[in-house]
Amino acid sequence: MIPATLNAYVAISVVLFAIGLLGVLIRRNTLVVFMCLELMLVAATLALVAFSRFNGTMDGNVLVFFILTVAAAEVAVGLALIVALFRRRRTVQLDELNSLRN
Amino acid sequence: MGTGQILFNAFVLLTVVSAAGVVLNRNAVNAALCLLMALVGVSGLFVALDAYLLAFLLLLVYAGAVVALFLFIIMLLDARGDSRPVLHRLPLAARVIATGLVLGGVASFLMRGRLPEGRAATTAVGAALKPYAHQLFTTYLLPVQVLGFLLLIAMIGVIALSRRPDGPEDAA
Repeated sequence: MIPATLNAYVAISVVLFAIGLLGVLIRRNTLVVFMCLELMLVAATLALVAFSRFNGTMDGNVLVFFILTVAAAEVAVGLALIVALFRRRRTVQLDELNSLRN
Repeated sequence: MGTGQILFNAFVLLTVVSAAGVVLNRNAVNAALCLLMALVGVSGLFVALDAYLLAFLLLLVYAGAVVALFLFIIMLLDARGDSRPVLHRLPLAARVIATGLVLGGVASFLMRGRLPEGRAATTAVGAALKPYAHQLFTTYLLPVQVLGFLLLIAMIGVIALSRRPDGPEDAA
């Protein structure tokens, strides 16, 4: 017995995605922006699992499987990039990384 | 209201409040811990959807590996602090437009988004382990191979990125 409707699950997913998007827009610490990106990814997986459960198919679940794998690789590469950036510029604040401006 | 319903509401609350905490916390370590709690909440929602394997994997991969990696990097770079409060460092127009767009999008979904109110499928196909294995080794065999290569490429990339540009690391 599922405790909620498909609409409720997708609504939670939308809210979670919006919170993540808001974080990407307003935060200035690269690491926190990256965390908010992860939040958006998890919101998408929640919608996929909900659709999969309500339609009785496996495709969404398997896709979540792949998303988890890609997310793990993505975090590793992204954090390595941030560390390399920090070595070069000594900062991780986005508004100080403006060498392409002007 | 049954136990399942109460648990579901608790997990929804935990997820949304912790997600807001990720965005609003000034300290990056607290944001990472909020992300951890949000992931625990989402994993509870996965259990409510009978996707036990995915709930377990989410905890294992995200909460276990990803958040630990984030905390490690935050400590390594000592990037905890944020001098000014989160919302007071952007131009007012940018703040208003960003928040308005996001809230407007969510509100329009909550007001008018109506998915078909079908019953959930009677059999939870994602509850057992066997369907995953079957799909991964038949329909999705090529993507599995591609992902294997992707992980290899990511590993090599990270090693290449984390070397110092001047000579090997182990000279130090």
